[in-house]
Amino acid sequence: MKVLVAVKRVVDYNVKIRVKADQTGVDLLNVKMSMNPFDEIAIEEALRMKEAGLVDEVVAISVGVQQCQETIRTALAMGADRGILVKTDEDLEPLHIAKIMKAVVDEEQPGLVILGKQAIDDDCNQTGQMLAALLGWAQGTFASEIKLGDGSASVTREVDGGLQTLDLKLPMIVTTDLRLNEPRYASLPNIMKAKKKPIDEKTPEDLGVDTAPRLTTLKVQDPPTRQAGVIVEDAAELVSKLRNEAGVI
Amino acid sequence: MSTLVIAEHDNAELKPATLAAVTAAGQLGGDVDILVAGQGCSAVGEAAAKVAGVAKVLVADDAMYANMVAEPMADLVVPLAQNYGAVMAVANTVGKNFMPRVAALLDVSQISEISGIEGPDRFVRPIYAGNAMATVQSSDAIKIITIRATGFEKAAADGGSAKVESVAAAGDPGLSSFVGEELSKSERPELTAAKTIISGGRGMQSGDNFPIIEAVADQLGAAVGASRAAVDAGFVPNDYQVGQTGKVVAPDLYIAVGISGAIQHLAGMKDSKVIVAINKDEEAPIFQVADYGLVADLFKAVPELEEELKKLPPA
Repeated sequence: MKVLVAVKRVVDYNVKIRVKADQTGVDLLNVKMSMNPFDEIAIEEALRMKEAGLVDEVVAISVGVQQCQETIRTALAMGADRGILVKTDEDLEPLHIAKIMKAVVDEEQPGLVILGKQAIDDDCNQTGQMLAALLGWAQGTFASEIKLGDGSASVTREVDGGLQTLDLKLPMIVTTDLRLNEPRYASLPNIMKAKKKPIDEKTPEDLGVDTAPRLTTLKVQDPPTRQAGVIVEDAAELVSKLRNEAGVI
Repeated sequence: MSTLVIAEHDNAELKPATLAAVTAAGQLGGDVDILVAGQGCSAVGEAAAKVAGVAKVLVADDAMYANMVAEPMADLVVPLAQNYGAVMAVANTVGKNFMPRVAALLDVSQISEISGIEGPDRFVRPIYAGNAMATVQSSDAIKIITIRATGFEKAAADGGSAKVESVAAAGDPGLSSFVGEELSKSERPELTAAKTIISGGRGMQSGDNFPIIEAVADQLGAAVGASRAAVDAGFVPNDYQVGQTGKVVAPDLYIAVGISGAIQHLAGMKDSKVIVAINKDEEAPIFQVADYGLVADLFKAVPELEEELKKLPPA
C-alpha cells in the first residue's frame, strides 16, 4: 500500500509573529519557516507503518510556493520515498488544497492519506475532512492511535471528553493529533540521501483545479491585549479582592 | 436568509455552547433553526425548542447519529443546508470533525472558529493561535461556520416556544462505525462549561500534587485544568489541557497555578473575565495577563488559599 502525506510550510512554531502595520497580514519577510508540527507527526506515522512492513511507499506532497520544496526535502530526509510539489504563488484555501489533493489521489491511488489536523498559521482544521468528503472516503481525525487492519482500520481519536475509537473503511483519511507519536530528527546521511530523491512538480492548472478565492481577508490585526493587574501579598488579600473587588467568588 | 445551528448534546442534555451558537446565528439576521441529530434525543429537542430566539427545531433520531460520527452527519446536513443561508456549529471536536466535510460536499470554503461577526458575510477569527485576528469576507452562497463559543454570549435557555419537527435519517454511507469511547469521569464541572477553573502547570512537579488544587476546586465548585507542559509531563490526562491545542475556555475566574504562561496556554484562557496567577517566578509571562498575581511558592500559597476560602462567609 502507498501512503500520501501532506506537508505544509509554515512560520516556525517558535517564532513570535508580527502583524504588518498596514493590516494586510502577518510579516513573513526573513522569518524562519518550518514544516507544520502536525505534519511531522503525519510523516512519522507513515514511516513507522513502512518500517512495520504495512506500507510500501511514502509520498510527501506540498502545495504552495517554490520554497515548499524545502519542506518536502525535510520529509524526504526523515525517510519519505519521493515528493510532489504542486506549485502556486496564490494563497489557497483548504477547499482548494483538498481539490488539488483529490486530483493527486486519483493519479497516485494511495490506500491511506495522512495529514496534520491543522496548520499552525491559519488554524483552519479543514483540509483532511474536505479531502475525505471529495473522495467519499472515511475520515479518522485528531488521531492518537491507528491500527491498520484488512480492509479497515481502527482509529482512536482525541475528543473533548477523552478518547473515541472508530472502525473506518480503507482507503481513508487520517489527521494527526499531538500524541500520535514523537517525530524523528533527520540524520545527516539521510539529509544527504534526500537530495537525490525525486520531487515531481505540477501546477493546479495541470490538475484541472479552479482556485478562484471564496474568502477575502479584509484585514489582520493584533489581538486585544490584557493589562497586567495588581500583585497581592498573600492568599488572604487575594480572596478578599476576588470577593469584594472582582465579585467572582 | 435563515441559519441552521447544529446542536451540541449528549442525547440527554443540550450543551450550553449551543446557546452561544444561537446568539451568533441571530447576529446574521433571519430565523434561527436548530438541528438535533442523535439517538433517543427527544429531550434535547424539547430543550432546544425552549431556547429564546429559535424558530424551529429539527430532530433527526437514528442510531447512526448517536455519536455524531462525521460521515453520516455530513450526509444528513448537506441536503438540509440547501434551505439556509448559513449553517453553524460549535468548534468542538464534533463540529470540527463533520463541518468541513459538509462544506466540501457543498463546494464551500468553511470559516473556522469565528469569534466575532461584523456582517452577514464578514467574520473575525483568530489565526496563529490567537496572536492575530483576521477579518474575512465570504462570497459563498451558503456560509459554513464553526464558532468559538467563548466569543458569544449565551442565548437564554428559556422563553422560546419553537415548533419541533422530525426529519428523516439520510442513508448510511457505510464508511465508519463507532467502537467505543473512554471518557474521563469527574464529579466536577466540565472545563468548557465551568464558571471557575483552577489549572496546574509544570510548577506542580508531579501529578501527586494535584490534590492541593483539587481541594481549592472543591471549595469553589471549579473545574480542574492543566497546561500542556503538565499534560506532556504525564501529571494529568490529555483532556485536562487548556490551550491552543487543548480546550479554549473563558470562565468568570481562571486561577493559573505554577503555569509560566506560554503563548500556547494563553491562547486557551486569555478571554477569561478575571485571571489569577500564582507563581514563584515574578518574571513569568502569566503575570502580564493576570488581574491578580501572587508571587509565592505554590505549595505554601495554594493550601493557604484553601484555608482562606473555608473561612469565607457565604456570598
